[in-house]
Amino acid sequence: MLSTPMSADPDAVAATAPILEVKGLAIRFKLPQGWVTAVDGVDFELRRGEVVGIVGESGSGKSQILLALMGLLAANGRASGSALFQGREILNRSARELDEVRGSAMAMIFQDPMTSLNPYMRVSDQLTEVLTTHRGVGSAEALEIAVRMLERVRIPEARRRIRLYPHEFSGGMRQRVMIAMALLCEPALLFADEPTTALDVTVQAQILELLADLARDFNAAVAIVTHDLGVIARLCDRVIVLYGGRIMEQAPIEEVFYDPRHPYTKGLLASMPRLDESPHEDLRTIPGQPRAAMGDLPGCPFAPRCEQRIARCTQETPLLLRAGDGRAAACHLVAP
Amino acid sequence: MSDALLSVRDLKVHFPIGRGLLGRSAGSVRALDGVSLELRAGETLGIVGESGCGKSTLGRAILHLIKPTAGNVIWLGRSLHDLDATALRKERRNMQIIFQDPLASLDPRMTVGQIIARPLKTFEPALGKTETERRVLAAMQEVGLAPEMVRRYPHEFSGGQCQRIGIARAMILRPKLVVCDEPVSALDVSIQAQIINLLRRLQREHGLALLFISHNLGVVRHISHRVLVLYLGRVMEVADRDAFFARPLHPYSRALISAIPVPDPKAERARQRIVLQGDLPSPFDPPVGCRFCTRCPRATERCHREEPALLDQGAGHLAACHYAGEG
Repeated sequence: MLSTPMSADPDAVAATAPILEVKGLAIRFKLPQGWVTAVDGVDFELRRGEVVGIVGESGSGKSQILLALMGLLAANGRASGSALFQGREILNRSARELDEVRGSAMAMIFQDPMTSLNPYMRVSDQLTEVLTTHRGVGSAEALEIAVRMLERVRIPEARRRIRLYPHEFSGGMRQRVMIAMALLCEPALLFADEPTTALDVTVQAQILELLADLARDFNAAVAIVTHDLGVIARLCDRVIVLYGGRIMEQAPIEEVFYDPRHPYTKGLLASMPRLDESPHEDLRTIPGQPRAAMGDLPGCPFAPRCEQRIARCTQETPLLLRAGDGRAAACHLVAP
Repeated sequence: MSDALLSVRDLKVHFPIGRGLLGRSAGSVRALDGVSLELRAGETLGIVGESGCGKSTLGRAILHLIKPTAGNVIWLGRSLHDLDATALRKERRNMQIIFQDPLASLDPRMTVGQIIARPLKTFEPALGKTETERRVLAAMQEVGLAPEMVRRYPHEFSGGQCQRIGIARAMILRPKLVVCDEPVSALDVSIQAQIINLLRRLQREHGLALLFISHNLGVVRHISHRVLVLYLGRVMEVADRDAFFARPLHPYSRALISAIPVPDPKAERARQRIVLQGDLPSPFDPPVGCRFCTRCPRATERCHREEPALLDQGAGHLAACHYAGEG
């Protein structure tokens, strides 16, 4: 049962040096019609012991940020800017250089556990491979560690089941295997891209409890990408709100939910049907359709849908301005 | 019940699996195993449950897009089972469906105008070109699509716009019932709200009955008058929306409601959550007794032996549990 925020003390976390520092990250894709911008200059930091939610709609660039940091962008994608992981640049490094940290010091959990596991390999081989490659342990010891990790993610009869193939597991069990694989080398940084979106709600509840417990046990920095504000409310200490490839707002969890400053954050919260509100009225909506980044066009990406838009919003891109209380917003109408 | 638009009686859909040696059937998946429900004109019945519970099969079997193995669908007092192909087809204009994946449910080689006009061409072939166009544009306006989109193709639109096209196509014949199969699950939150409000408005204006299939209880609560919970092809609970959310009687309903994360950090972290153990059992080999007994925190020996009937627990609140409302 998750009764308290996950990290022990937010102030203590804030005082530590960031484990990941992202500056001016931009991601572009080469398409037949030319270069298209997906992420348009984002800055953020992650610290050990905190769980950060990255929330946004389709086209916001939220998944591409994680993929770029893991060196997994599609072949037509290019990232620029800088990302320092434990002081080391990880952006645009060769696969060989990245493999020194990828899978060991930094790991990722994907949305779809079926397509992320190798269907031709037994789970035991997929798990022990991580250990023999990154930690150089012998195969017998690796198997022991892998079984213990499966037990930690609460897979019953782990010693027997580790011999099975991925298709012999249910969706929820496969996601547990993915989590076990990501945690095998006790990463300092863990990315999760919509980790429970493909799962049923009752199974989602199990996986979220598990992720919360494990993140605390390992004292890792965790970034969860999701469109589900309920998942964010449950797990995260801090939230980054993305729209059209830019950060709209960044704030500690309670400030985002109880005192949102950016019109997009406000609209997003208002349009969620909630179980604890009267269902008798129409839902608040954000007019228009979500859009991808604007690239070189000036102005705020949210301006076309913003009900508070002023002339300046389409002429001048608002900067993400930091307020003193750990908050930041990119809006001409929000005083820093 | 005489005022029912639609009445479903003990509906079963069993899919045979593979063939064993010598052409013998290897058994069957019991996707729906005896489901009954009523739907009145202008009413929304929310159908909830997890993947594999049979909710999409139910929507399709009601429209006879899948032939039921047993049971009956009574539409305006007549059994669909007794209708021949021509009569069934004629009746279908009153029952439409919208799908989860808005883009995949639109023909990529047809323009928006052609897609929306298609049901008119089928059911009112005598209609002239001008009148068809007038009706298409009216349907587009009704769902919030700009008239200039009429000659464009589905791939040019976002998911929310495609769902509006699907809704316009479903609405153009002025149906009495629309089966909505996870219509907002593939959409972004801000777009979901637009589509839910649109469906509610169409219902108000046309007295439409909706069968709203969804795994998202927040959405179901917002749009439904009554809620029906399915688990492994059986009905666990049926109740008025407010009664259901205020006092769910079935342990499975309680677990479902409690599993949904609420977008409120303080409330969310203070909540007592019922976390079910394990996954949904296979509908190929459902548990003996109550179907939910393998995951139920309250199951007793009786539950493993005896399947509970769906009984009225008071004020029309139905639940299938030996211990409905206890503990």
